[in-house]
Amino acid sequence: MWIYQKKLEFPINITTPDLAVAKALMAQYGGPDSELGAAMRYLTQRFSMPDDRLRATLNDIGTEEIAHWEMIGTMIHQSIEGASLQELKDAGLAGYYTIHGRGVYPADPNGVPFTASYIAATGDPVADIAEDMAAEQKARAAYEHIMNQTQNEQYLAPLRFLREREVVHFQRFSECWNILMELYPDGRQNKLRG
Amino acid sequence: MTENELLTRISEVQFVCVELNLYLDTHPTDTEARSDYYSYSKLLDELITEYETEYGPLMGFGHSPVNTGCWVCSEWPWERE
Repeated sequence: MWIYQKKLEFPINITTPDLAVAKALMAQYGGPDSELGAAMRYLTQRFSMPDDRLRATLNDIGTEEIAHWEMIGTMIHQSIEGASLQELKDAGLAGYYTIHGRGVYPADPNGVPFTASYIAATGDPVADIAEDMAAEQKARAAYEHIMNQTQNEQYLAPLRFLREREVVHFQRFSECWNILMELYPDGRQNKLRG
Repeated sequence: MTENELLTRISEVQFVCVELNLYLDTHPTDTEARSDYYSYSKLLDELITEYETEYGPLMGFGHSPVNTGCWVCSEWPWERE
C-alpha cells in the first residue's frame, strides 16, 4: 500500500503565474511522457519483472513519479486558480476552461486527454526496460522544451529538479538493462516468456 | 528551527534517502551505501518526529503517532504559502 506524506518532494510557490508555461506543463501532467504515464507504466510493469533489483527499481521510481505528478499538478493549479477569463483566453486555454474550468485535468497542451495507451507494458522485461530508458529521455527533452519557454525562477527551480530526476532515473534503468543482459547474456530473452 | 526551516531540512535529508534508496535498488550489496542509507534514515526519522511533535502529523493512516496539530486543517502542499 501507499502512505501519503503531506508535503511536496521539492517546494513550489508560484506567485507570479505564467499561463503559457502552465499550458506547456500539461505535457507532463497528462501527455504521453507525463509523470502520470511514467508512474503507471513502472508500477504496472513491475509485476512481470524477473529479478528483485528490477522489481525494486520499478516500484520505487514509480512511487517517486507520483510525487512528481503532484508537483506538476501544483504548478498548474497555482498558475490558473487566480487567472481571469481574458488571461486564460490569451494563453489559448479557452477550450480547456470550457470543459475543466480552473481545475487540473490530465490532458496534454493540445487538449488531448490522457489515455492508457501511454502506459506501455509488454510483459517482456527487455522490451519494458528499453521503453523505460527511452521514456526518461523523452521526459528530459520535454522538460527542456518547457524550460526554454520561461525565465521565471518560480517555475525553473522545480523544473531543474524534475529534469535532473529524469537523468538519474535513466541511469538506474541503464543499470537494470545491464542486469538483464547479465541474466540473459546471449540475448535469449525467450527464456523469460516460459 | 522555524516550521519552514524544519520542513526544508526534512526535504533535504529525504532527498538523500530517495537517492540512496534508488541506488541500492540496483546495488543491494554496496555496504557503504547501505550504511549511509541507514544513517540518513535515522536522521530523517528524528527530524520528522521533531516536526510532528511541534506542528502535527505529516502522514496519515497511523504513521504519525502524535496528538498535536490537525491532519485535516493543516495546509495542503499545493496551496500557496
